[in-house]
Amino acid sequence: MISEIKTVLNRNLWKENPVIRQILGICSALAVTNLAINSLVMGIGLMFVTALSSFTISLLRNYIPQRIRMIVQTLIIASYVILVDIFLKANLPEISKALGPYIGLIITNCIIMGRAEAFAQKNPPVISFFDGLFAGVGYTVILLGIALVREILGFGTIFGMVIPFVKFTPWTIMVMPPSGFFMIAIFIWISSSIMNKRLNKEKVKK
Amino acid sequence: MNAPVINPFIIFFASIITSNMVLSNFLGMCSFISVSNEFKTASGLGKSVTLVMVFTTIINYVVYKFIILPLNLEYLRYVIFIIVIAASVQIIELVMDRYLPDLHIKLGIFLPLITVNCAILGISLFMVIRNYNFWQTLLFGLGSGLGWWLAIATLAAIKEKIGKNKIPEGLKGPGLTFIITGLMALAFIGLSGIFVIK
Repeated sequence: MISEIKTVLNRNLWKENPVIRQILGICSALAVTNLAINSLVMGIGLMFVTALSSFTISLLRNYIPQRIRMIVQTLIIASYVILVDIFLKANLPEISKALGPYIGLIITNCIIMGRAEAFAQKNPPVISFFDGLFAGVGYTVILLGIALVREILGFGTIFGMVIPFVKFTPWTIMVMPPSGFFMIAIFIWISSSIMNKRLNKEKVKK
Repeated sequence: MNAPVINPFIIFFASIITSNMVLSNFLGMCSFISVSNEFKTASGLGKSVTLVMVFTTIINYVVYKFIILPLNLEYLRYVIFIIVIAASVQIIELVMDRYLPDLHIKLGIFLPLITVNCAILGISLFMVIRNYNFWQTLLFGLGSGLGWWLAIATLAAIKEKIGKNKIPEGLKGPGLTFIITGLMALAFIGLSGIFVIK
């Protein structure tokens, strides 16, 4: 069991990281990353939804008829998203406003559907839960990485706190949409370069 | 909730250019990245998205105004919108198959994909948040669809040309796509200030 969880963790955080390796869930990854705190909240929301919806779908996997499984899965996901939305509106109204429609768009986030289709369909509930959770963690880590760079360069702050001692003119472009595309391109570039190098080394060994 | 009423035509042009769905709101990225290798296919997907977007925004507007609001079902709107989108995609497919079989053969493969396209749901959510009236909603849906089409067709055309050049190993595929998209977004931002919507 523990070794299974470990493989799931390793796969979701690096080898098949949803954002930079599989290019899933990009919409929100770009839209909410101009402030680190927004990305953190978004990431936690997504973790909650992926973990629980994978768990539920896996529990029901033998009862859902094949032909209508997509719509059933979407409804399960949507009900968890509603929970997240209501929770945020009640407890963190400002962030909820800043995230706007992107909370609702967790429903169509391909990561969740992807985990449901590729993993929860065929595996028992507990391991599916962890698979969903770690897919969410992999997503959050990348989001935070992008958001920190964008916030530091764009506003000169970290989680809303001004960076002491260093003074520079903030790069307005970092707050605007194009920088989101550039940042994610750089992340993908780095990760696939490392990946290619490793593959080459393995080939040489063989 | 008394936002000033913006001229629907301003919304129309703004949603094509300055508030483009993909380039400034990041909606519909999944298919935008994966179905942009060939100009023809990309353009076909763009057409279907425009079609579905106009239909679903109108239906969602009606459902929102006359069912969700009177019955106080605000909290269920995500579920209702998703069902409406899935159902209307099915209906469009059936109608097309019956009356426009040629078009159906061309666009048919894309239609199921569109159900999970975040741009479609996103439009309906923006419509609710921005509190649009009927004409605004109609032109917002149409404009956003056309904007999405423009963006994906342009990206596919650029990618077809650039594919023949030498590209760093790690940047091949999605990495390059994002850089091109970023540059396109920069170009579109250059036009901001002509139209402003919030």
